[in-house]
Amino acid sequence: MSSLILTTTSRLILPAALIFSIYVLLRGHNEPGGGFIGGLIAAAGIAVHAIPRGRTGLIALLRVWPKALIGAGMLLGIAAGIPALLLAEPFLTQQWPFASLPIGTTLVFDVGVYLVVIGSVLTFLSYYLEN
Amino acid sequence: MTLLALIAFPFLLAPFAGWAGGRSSPLVAAVPLLLFIGFAAMMPYVSADAIVHETHRWIPSLDIRAAFRLDGLSLTFALLISGIGTAVFLYASAYLKGAPRLARFYTVLTLFMASMLGAVMADDLMLLVVFWEMTSLTSFLLIGYTPEAAASRRSAQQGFLITVSGGLAMLAGVILLGTAAGTFSITEILDQREAIAAHPAAPAIIILLAAGAFAKSAQAPLHSWLANAMVAPTPVSAFLHSATMVKLGVYLLARMDPIFSDTGLWITLLTLFGAATMLVGATLAMRETDLKRVLAYSTIVSLGTLTMMIGIPGELAAVATVTFLIVHALYKACLFMVAGIVDHETGTRDSSKLGGLRHYMPKTALVALAGGLSMAGLPPFIGFASKELVYETSLETSGWWLVVAAALLANIAMVVVAAIVAIRCFAGEQTSTPKTPHDPGFAMLGGPAVLALLGLVFGAAPGLVGESLIVPAASAVAGYPVDYSLSLWHGFTPMLALSLLTLALGAFVFLRWDSIRPRLAGISQIDSWGPDRLYDRAMDGLQRMSTWQTQLIQSGSLRGYVARTLLVISVAGLATLLIRGGFEMPSFAGALTPDVTLAVLLVIGALAVARARNFVAGIVAAGLVGFTVALLFLVRGAPDLAFTQFSVEALAIVIMLAIVGRMPFRERDYRPSRERVRDIGIACLIGVTATLIMLAVLAQPFDPRLSDYFRMTSVPEAHGRNLVNVILVDFRAIDTLGEIIVLGLAAVAAAAVLAGLRRATSEKRP
Repeated sequence: MSSLILTTTSRLILPAALIFSIYVLLRGHNEPGGGFIGGLIAAAGIAVHAIPRGRTGLIALLRVWPKALIGAGMLLGIAAGIPALLLAEPFLTQQWPFASLPIGTTLVFDVGVYLVVIGSVLTFLSYYLEN
Repeated sequence: MTLLALIAFPFLLAPFAGWAGGRSSPLVAAVPLLLFIGFAAMMPYVSADAIVHETHRWIPSLDIRAAFRLDGLSLTFALLISGIGTAVFLYASAYLKGAPRLARFYTVLTLFMASMLGAVMADDLMLLVVFWEMTSLTSFLLIGYTPEAAASRRSAQQGFLITVSGGLAMLAGVILLGTAAGTFSITEILDQREAIAAHPAAPAIIILLAAGAFAKSAQAPLHSWLANAMVAPTPVSAFLHSATMVKLGVYLLARMDPIFSDTGLWITLLTLFGAATMLVGATLAMRETDLKRVLAYSTIVSLGTLTMMIGIPGELAAVATVTFLIVHALYKACLFMVAGIVDHETGTRDSSKLGGLRHYMPKTALVALAGGLSMAGLPPFIGFASKELVYETSLETSGWWLVVAAALLANIAMVVVAAIVAIRCFAGEQTSTPKTPHDPGFAMLGGPAVLALLGLVFGAAPGLVGESLIVPAASAVAGYPVDYSLSLWHGFTPMLALSLLTLALGAFVFLRWDSIRPRLAGISQIDSWGPDRLYDRAMDGLQRMSTWQTQLIQSGSLRGYVARTLLVISVAGLATLLIRGGFEMPSFAGALTPDVTLAVLLVIGALAVARARNFVAGIVAAGLVGFTVALLFLVRGAPDLAFTQFSVEALAIVIMLAIVGRMPFRERDYRPSRERVRDIGIACLIGVTATLIMLAVLAQPFDPRLSDYFRMTSVPEAHGRNLVNVILVDFRAIDTLGEIIVLGLAAVAAAAVLAGLRRATSEKRP
């Protein structure tokens, strides 16, 4: 669907949606937000960008097939659990390596969720886009 | 750590094997060779009453441990696996030179070897099951080495389905056994063997474990997959389907033998199935001309012999079992590789087209002769000692005539098969073959030559293998330290008379081979009613049933699926409420707040959905419901849920925008009024069900323990103030991991369906 209005506005919507989605992803641990919501917002932004530009536009933007995002997200989700195994704790016991800084394996995990959500929505959507 | 290291070693080196094997480098044989050296170094620590134990944590919550045990039986298997593995890997590096997919082949072969070693060293039944199934899986991949060929696919599937079905029975047996014993540790189970043998579940355990072992070790009537597995490359046949994997069933029986050796059911089951397998294998072997299939049926005979020997109680039977196990592995792997050399060099392995090869390949002829003599059980080869032991055991059993008859028949078949492979192809007139043969290089001939030579060395000096391996292994099978001195010559005994009779009858059959074989091959009932055909019929039946069931359930109408799903939920929910007396009314005190106006909006939205004349109106109305729910979440103090709901609604609008051109949005509702009434009924039913359940839930007093716990621990333990997110990524992270995997897989599955639809529509358009 080529539409001048959509093509023009999506140029503004995409960066706004992506920045907002990352903001939501990062603040999720303390304020409303998180990987799932962030992923939905990013997916909506990318979808708005892709609809007037078709499948080729989507791939040009992502540089990979959306399916790859699903795989990458799942791997990150699993990877977040590995440090616990190395410390002989149950799988996915989240670790906080910095005493002063509240950054831990949860962030890796949440990024995984974020990527799976984006990948799933876009995988589904990509089959409805024009070539 | 030693045992764990020995098992981890091949798993870790599988990529190296894939790399080296992919370039057909003989270096690939270093992996099994190093393992062999490692296990040989363990020999001083293992004897009739010394066992190496090692335990690691695995799943403590289920009391399942990564426990390993190296006793005589495990060590014998481990040495056979790694030793024959060395010969086979070296052989394959020359035999498969230039073949496709070699990297994958060697990786899988190494993984197989690793799983096999794990299986025979596992001291935990669950660990044994895991490794057992891994050998089935790798065997499937190796039989299906040429996936382009239909025969290869069928054989791979057949072998997999039969061994895995057996594995399922075995898993049930293992769970029963573990429950009866109160532990999954094999050592602890063996320690309380009397109690288990007397347990009421013992017959069920015996039947289930035997079913698993019989499927894996190709006992009649589950034998046909083994002959069909011969479509795999010869190194696979020599390694998996003669020397190692098919012996895993025998291993399980031998491992469990101390528990059940005096149980009538165990003795009867093993003796009868073993004898039947020997009979079936011997008959089928006599019908074939393909060298590999002849050898495969003789393997079935041997597996039957081993099963029967395990079924017979007593320490002599244990010694006979272990001796024959070693002897068989040595000569059978050797002869398989010889058959492969013949096939590789001449271009055919049809024994009726081969002869006089000794002129072209004298060294191979010598190796074949040495292997064949051990198989036929002639002195001074170790095969002679093993055959005498089998006869001696058979003569000592009650009901000996059946056992002796089976043993005699099996050994005659061995003599004939040995003569077909070792004499018929190499002696006599020269025949023209598709290729002019000559002796292969060291890589291909070295392994079989060493195996054949070992048969001679062990025969000349039985003490070499007797003290170090056979007695410790026989002690493990018997369950108590066995005292036995292996010797080649027993003097003039009834066993010697039976041996002479075997040779005479074997020679007679071999000389009449050309008239006996076609007569046996002409029995068409074996082909049309044998288990192989029955397997095909069962598979056809399975497919017809799934076609029928799919037609019944999958109508293809989305509305039909939704209607049925909602009906089932409603009936199940209402029935539960009715039976449990769950109809309750909460108190509505304090419910009248300004938020109620949102509920009014919700009702209006829902009514609008129901009244919508086409999809666009319906979607807009449903959006109204969604946003109102989100607002409700917001004012009720669940900003996270509201946020998610808003995002979902926004995304839904975007997706609608994308697919607006592809959906019948403008179409009017076409349902006839009868269907509309039915749909209204279903909608009302699910609405009433949901309302009643919500009322019942609200009537319960709120239990704050869980939310208090999360509120208390969220910041100190998970460093986050957003409870919802902390639960998602920390407290319940494994649930979330499962959810994102489901989400991703659903998207990939939907992609597969949509890709098919897209192709179908684009093909239709010009």
